[in-house]
Amino acid sequence: MDSMNGADTAWMLVATALVLLMTPALAFFYGGLVRSKNMLNTLMMSFASLGAVGIAWAVLGYSLAFADGNGFCGGGAYLLLHGVGLESKGSIPHLLFMAYQGTFAIITAALISGAIVERMRFRAYLAFITLWSLVVYAPVAHWVWGGGWLARLGALDFAGGTVVHVNAGVGALVAALVLGPRKDYGRQALLPHSVPFVLLGTALLWFGWFGFNGGSALGANASAVLAFVNTMLAPMGTLVVWMFLDLARTGRATAVGAATAVVIGLVAITPAAGFVPPISAIALGALAALPSHYAIVWRSRTGLDDSLDVLSAHGVGGAVGALLTGVFAVKVWGGADGLLAGNPEQLGRQAVAVCATAAYSAVGTFAILKLIGLVAPLRAPGREEGIGMDVPQHGEEAYSSGEGAILVMPDNAPAAGAIAVPEGRS
Amino acid sequence: MKLIVAIVRPEKLNDVLEALYKEEVRGLTITLARGHGGELESVETYRGTTVKMKLVDKVRLDIGVSDPFVERTVRAIMRSGRTGEVGDGKIFILPVQKVYRIRTGEEDVEAVTPLA
Repeated sequence: MDSMNGADTAWMLVATALVLLMTPALAFFYGGLVRSKNMLNTLMMSFASLGAVGIAWAVLGYSLAFADGNGFCGGGAYLLLHGVGLESKGSIPHLLFMAYQGTFAIITAALISGAIVERMRFRAYLAFITLWSLVVYAPVAHWVWGGGWLARLGALDFAGGTVVHVNAGVGALVAALVLGPRKDYGRQALLPHSVPFVLLGTALLWFGWFGFNGGSALGANASAVLAFVNTMLAPMGTLVVWMFLDLARTGRATAVGAATAVVIGLVAITPAAGFVPPISAIALGALAALPSHYAIVWRSRTGLDDSLDVLSAHGVGGAVGALLTGVFAVKVWGGADGLLAGNPEQLGRQAVAVCATAAYSAVGTFAILKLIGLVAPLRAPGREEGIGMDVPQHGEEAYSSGEGAILVMPDNAPAAGAIAVPEGRS
Repeated sequence: MKLIVAIVRPEKLNDVLEALYKEEVRGLTITLARGHGGELESVETYRGTTVKMKLVDKVRLDIGVSDPFVERTVRAIMRSGRTGEVGDGKIFILPVQKVYRIRTGEEDVEAVTPLA
């Protein structure tokens, strides 16, 4: 009776788990780049999204993105997952589709945290990502994937170059501007505390990205294979070019640069993954290195404290990828023809999608932050910034020696002389 | 000659180093230390275990200076290391009997004079 396909369902189950893993991976990628006194806070900004945005998605976000509505926003038909069951959507169960899309909402909100690490109050951050996922992410997802106006226009976005990366990148820029720079920015060297964690996070991001792009075919089919292979090849192209750029600029190929390059390559191929031939994917990855590389070099000389370069990596990388999709796309591989295949109009559609997403994200992000700012301060006090966010905001340290720690006995503590076994340490 | 021992907050270390650099105090040694000087304890919780961190992370600076440099070194540390909260640290000034620079064998004031 339905068109459900076991192979498609199996692949999408795996792909959903892969994309969910990207958010903890991002946590370690970002965590390694901050100072050790802010490690837990940075990790928690991503992990918190797994909870806050994931629940917001199930309750309301999915409906706003994928229920029938108008060109701008979905309706309320799927509120509280009402009507989202085991019936087929395409060739997989509707419920699985909802879960898969939820993992995208989670990581997109978490991406923004890179712009405001080491200074934002955690409560304000929680309110921000929850509102952002509903007010900014869900409508833009509807535009592109939920039958909204960009889908009708014919803009190509295979796995979220605009919805996820331009959206998060511009949101990050605005968030960095509204929050303002860290007090030490431009005065002291703010160095990554663990480059190995950065590389580990990058490795897990790349692994998860096979689900992000490969899964966006929504089945175990030829399109998934193309997206998967392109997801492998494009970052390789970016990595090679980036190492040459590093060598040319400083004479040394850096590890943080290599990690950054892989992420930018992944971002850039995201909108194009199922639409361009593999050789074009390599070219796309290689080309994408240049604007982001120079954006990072430029940004670090300005007063803009987009601390972990979310704008350069995701905003610029995503925009370049979306535009190059309109250049390299070939209809026989999937989607539509691009500029090189004799269809320059596609490039125009891609530009519209990038600009519309950027503009909406900028306005929405600004409004949400100003609104929260009316209720409570967005920034932690300067003193807490000095101590690091971990102890004041979370009451824990990432790397505690335990020396000098006095155990505080609970009221029902055993009598003096008995051996205390703290909970959770059995 | 004096040995200046200063205990400061780690989050103020960069400010202190910057201030000392501006005062042309060049030679110094720092040690990461843990200590306690009466500040309020911060409470941390790990699952059901609550602890008070009695010992707080500090940085110890050891600076050997000639007598004319004592005053400006102390002033620079006081100015740059202060937050006004309990726990800003201490400065101790100790007499020094003898100083040698290992590389050249120079002694005393010459040994603590930075290279031009």
